[in-house]
Amino acid sequence: MNPELAAPLADFLLGRADDELVLSHRNSEWTGHAPILEEDIAFTNIALDELGHAQLLYGLYAELGRDDPIRTPDQLVYFREAPAFRNAQLAELPIGDWAFSMLRQYLFDSIEASWLPGLTSSRYQPLAEAAAKIAAEERYHLRHTQARVRRLAGGTDESQRRMQTALEAQWPLAQQWFAAEPAHAQLVEAGLIPAAESLAPRWFNEQVAFFEACGLAVPAVERHIPQRDEHTEHLVDLLSELQQVARAHPGAVW
Amino acid sequence: MVVGVSEVEAKTREIWQALQSVPDPEIPVLSLVDLGIVRRVAVAGNRVEVDITPTFSGCPALDVMIDGVRQAVEGLGYRSIEVRTVLSPVWTTDDLSDEARAKLRDFGLSPPPAHGGHLELVLALPAVCPYCGSEDTVRKNDFGSTLCRSIHVCLACRQPFEAFKPM
Repeated sequence: MNPELAAPLADFLLGRADDELVLSHRNSEWTGHAPILEEDIAFTNIALDELGHAQLLYGLYAELGRDDPIRTPDQLVYFREAPAFRNAQLAELPIGDWAFSMLRQYLFDSIEASWLPGLTSSRYQPLAEAAAKIAAEERYHLRHTQARVRRLAGGTDESQRRMQTALEAQWPLAQQWFAAEPAHAQLVEAGLIPAAESLAPRWFNEQVAFFEACGLAVPAVERHIPQRDEHTEHLVDLLSELQQVARAHPGAVW
Repeated sequence: MVVGVSEVEAKTREIWQALQSVPDPEIPVLSLVDLGIVRRVAVAGNRVEVDITPTFSGCPALDVMIDGVRQAVEGLGYRSIEVRTVLSPVWTTDDLSDEARAKLRDFGLSPPPAHGGHLELVLALPAVCPYCGSEDTVRKNDFGSTLCRSIHVCLACRQPFEAFKPM
């Protein structure tokens, strides 16, 4: 790999891996607490799948062989501080109510469904292979969360209200996944990743159509779209829980 | 010492046979070979390389599988063993052998239909009840007790059952 492309590709992969990890951790907070047992099982499975995807992507990051002393998956997850994380902001927000968490997972699934076909045809073969693996598993996520969002939106007044509230909070933040990142322009040119701008219109229109069919009002996007180095205080809380055992007992094995 | 091709072949076959006895930790009626995740076995002198491919990328049984492979090969007397995980060609449930499908059914897990690379064609099909063979079944949950299972109910014999998800 051309070293001029390796650094931005590593940065791209780290962002995607952090998305998967952080969202997986958030969703795992529902384990044992979801409203019904079948949903508890489903959400826990989805969290575990996303953790597997994070592991694949962190593995690709490590392979790119940057001179980064922190590059194994365990080092990246347990020994970075919040400002070094590159996840999108929506992933790190607290779980909120069930509607909030379900909508967030649905949005993430739809975003992945938009990105993965282009990544599967990446000219960087390890990324193409990982994307193909991830895409097959994601089909089940999308089918599940799409059905649940539709059902909550069309359920009782309360479930509809909660889903509408969640959509108003999340829709602007979901746009972050389709904001152009100038540092990644050369990756697009080299055929390593698809262009965010080329994916955005179709994703946007499909989601607007879906939410309107669910009876939800799609809010305007009129706020600052965060960059991947902009985080909320919630990420610090999440990491303090995620990292505390590894940091209390560095190098521990069991 | 010159090692003949036939000797390498015999050693390779012996290793495949040993791997045939390593069970999937979550579905112990299947071996790793039945599951189709052993992609390559190579022997050079006293050195053995085995490539395996994960079923689901988050499968928590993967490390147990790797240990199982290592122990089975060690049991044949080899000391230099490398077990690598590879992603290509990607594992699909079409890699399950016919024998594996029969074993799954006997175990009470509905085997996944073959899809020839077109997963979308089989996602909406009803799972076949492993107890009575009926296709009059409903899917209750795409997710079950492990990443590779979904939950169904048979309307013919009223039996809840799990299916191995087509992938």
